[in-house]
Amino acid sequence: MSKYMLIMRSNDEAVAAYKELDFTEVIAAMGRYNEAMMKAGVLLAGEGLSDASEGCVVDFDGETPLVTDGPYGETKELFNGFWILEVASKEEAAEWAKRAPLGPGAKLEVRRVTGPEDFPQDNEWVQKEEGWRRELEERAARA
Amino acid sequence: MTDVSGERRADEESARRSVAAVWRIESARIVATLTRFVGDFGVAEDLAQDALADALAQWPQHGVPANPGAWLTAVAKRKAIDGWRRRERYDDRLAAIAHDLEAAQVAASESVPWDPDAIDDDVLRLVFIACHPVLSREAQVALTLRVVGGLTSEEIARALLTPTSTVQQRIVRAKRSLAEAEVPFETPAREDFAGRLAGVLGVLYLIFNEGYAASSGDDWMRPELSQEALRLARVLAGLLPREPEVHGLIALMELTSARFPARVDRDGEPILLADQDRSRWDRSAIVRGRAALARADALGRGRGAYALQAAIAEQHDLAPTVDATDWATIVAIYDALVQLMASPIVELNRAVAVSMVAGPAAGLAIVETLTDEPRLRMSHLVPSVRGELLRRLGREPEARAEFARAAELTRNARERAVLLAKAAVGAAAAHE
Repeated sequence: MSKYMLIMRSNDEAVAAYKELDFTEVIAAMGRYNEAMMKAGVLLAGEGLSDASEGCVVDFDGETPLVTDGPYGETKELFNGFWILEVASKEEAAEWAKRAPLGPGAKLEVRRVTGPEDFPQDNEWVQKEEGWRRELEERAARA
Repeated sequence: MTDVSGERRADEESARRSVAAVWRIESARIVATLTRFVGDFGVAEDLAQDALADALAQWPQHGVPANPGAWLTAVAKRKAIDGWRRRERYDDRLAAIAHDLEAAQVAASESVPWDPDAIDDDVLRLVFIACHPVLSREAQVALTLRVVGGLTSEEIARALLTPTSTVQQRIVRAKRSLAEAEVPFETPAREDFAGRLAGVLGVLYLIFNEGYAASSGDDWMRPELSQEALRLARVLAGLLPREPEVHGLIALMELTSARFPARVDRDGEPILLADQDRSRWDRSAIVRGRAALARADALGRGRGAYALQAAIAEQHDLAPTVDATDWATIVAIYDALVQLMASPIVELNRAVAVSMVAGPAAGLAIVETLTDEPRLRMSHLVPSVRGELLRRLGREPEARAEFARAAELTRNARERAVLLAKAAVGAAAAHE
C-alpha cells in the first residue's frame, strides 16, 4: 500500500461558483465524501484551505525571497485543499478522487507521497530530516 | 506498430487495475446487497465474482462505467434472475423483481445501488459471516480478505504464501460450511455479540500479525498484509464506532506498524527493538495510534486487552531508547493485562519487562514457570527469551544452548539466522 495525496486545485470560476452554492449543502456533500473514505479505511488526513486573500506568496524569482499578498500572477488555479489516502494503487486513489463532490473548474491531482524508501538513508540530511520530523510530530502530539 | 500494441497492453493493464480498485472499494457492499437479494451468502459471493469477471472482460474495452458499483450490482442481480429462470423457479414474484430491476437499470448510472441507510448494517452482517465460528481460522482469514477486503484469490494467496488453488478451495469449503450450518445473514444476538466481536477482532489481529512477524517464509515482515488488516479494522470502526476494543485494536496496529520502517535493514535482515533507529519510526502512525487509544478511552468502559497492548506499544514508541523506556509503567500495564487475559505469551512478555525493572534474575524466575506450558512447548519464544536473560546473567553455555534450541523451533528463515548468530556469539568466545 502507498500513501497518495489528492490535491484540490480550482480556478477563479470554480471558486466563484462554489460561493454561490448553499454552504450547508456543500458541507454535507464533503462530509459524505469524507465519511465514505473513512468508512473504507483509506483516509489518513485531509485539510481545506481558507481564501488565498488570507495568505501570502513568497516568490523566489529575485535575488532575495519576496513576500507579496498576491494576486498569484500567472497562476490560474489555486491549491485549496488536500486529502491523504492509504490505498493499494494509483488507480484506487484515482477512483476515490473521481467521487469527490467537485464541479467544473476544479481538478484533483493525484500524487504518491514519498516515504523513507525513496531517499538514500545514509545521507546525513535525510537522517537529520527524520529527526526534525519526529520532533515536530511529537510536539504536535503533545499540543 | 509495436508501439500501438504496447500502448493497448498498457491501457488494458491500467483498466484491469481500475477494476481491481473499484472492487476493493465496492465489493463488500455489493456482496452484502446481493446476500440480501438472493438470501444466501455463498450464492451472492459467486454472483459477485461472476460480475467481476464480466467487468474484467468488458471495462478494458468499453471503459469504466460512471457508477461502477451500480453496474456490478445490476449485472450480478441479472445473473441471479437468469439462474432462477434456468431452474424454472421463475414465478410472478421474480417477474416483478426483474421488471423493477430493468427499470432500475435505466437509472443505474445515476443512482446508488443499495439502501444507504441499511448498507452499513448489511456489511457488518457480512463481517460476522466471514468470521463465523463454524469456520476454521484459515477459512475466516481467507473469507474476510476476500469479501470484506475485496482481494482476489491470487492476492490472498500471495499475501498468505499459499497456493491460489488452496485459497480457492478454502473459500469454496467455507461457503459450503456456512450453507450447511444454515448461518443466517444477521448480526449476532445481544448475548453472543461480545464473543462474536472478539472473534472478528481476533481474525483481523491474526492477519495483522502474519504480516508483522511472518510465521513462515523468507521475509521477516509482509507489511502489505498488516496494512490490509489495519484498513479492515478501520472499516470495522466505521461500522461499530462505539465499541472500545475496535479502537483499541486500531491503536495497537498503528502503534506497532509505526516501527515497520526500522524493523528490517536494506537487505531485509531483521533489526530488533533495541537496535532500531528510532528516528525512522513513522511518527504519523504513532499520532494516529494514540488518537485511536484516546477514542477507546473516551468511551469510558475501561481498557480491554487490545487497548492495554496498545498502551504498551505506546510506551515503546514514545521512548527515545530502550534504557530510557518507562519499564515500570509497562510492567504495570502487563499486570493489568494478565488479569484480563492470562496467557503464557503475555506472561513471557511480562517477564522481559520485569527483567528491565528488577534485573534478569527476576525475569528468569517468571520464565522458569512457563517452561512446561504446553502452548509454548513448540514455540521458539521461551528459549529465545531465556537465552537473552541467561546471557545477561553471564551464564553463557546455557544461553547458547537456548538460542540454538530457539533457532531449531522457528519456522521463519530470517529469524532463524538471527538466533543462530546469537548462539554463535558466545561460542566463539568459548573456544578461546
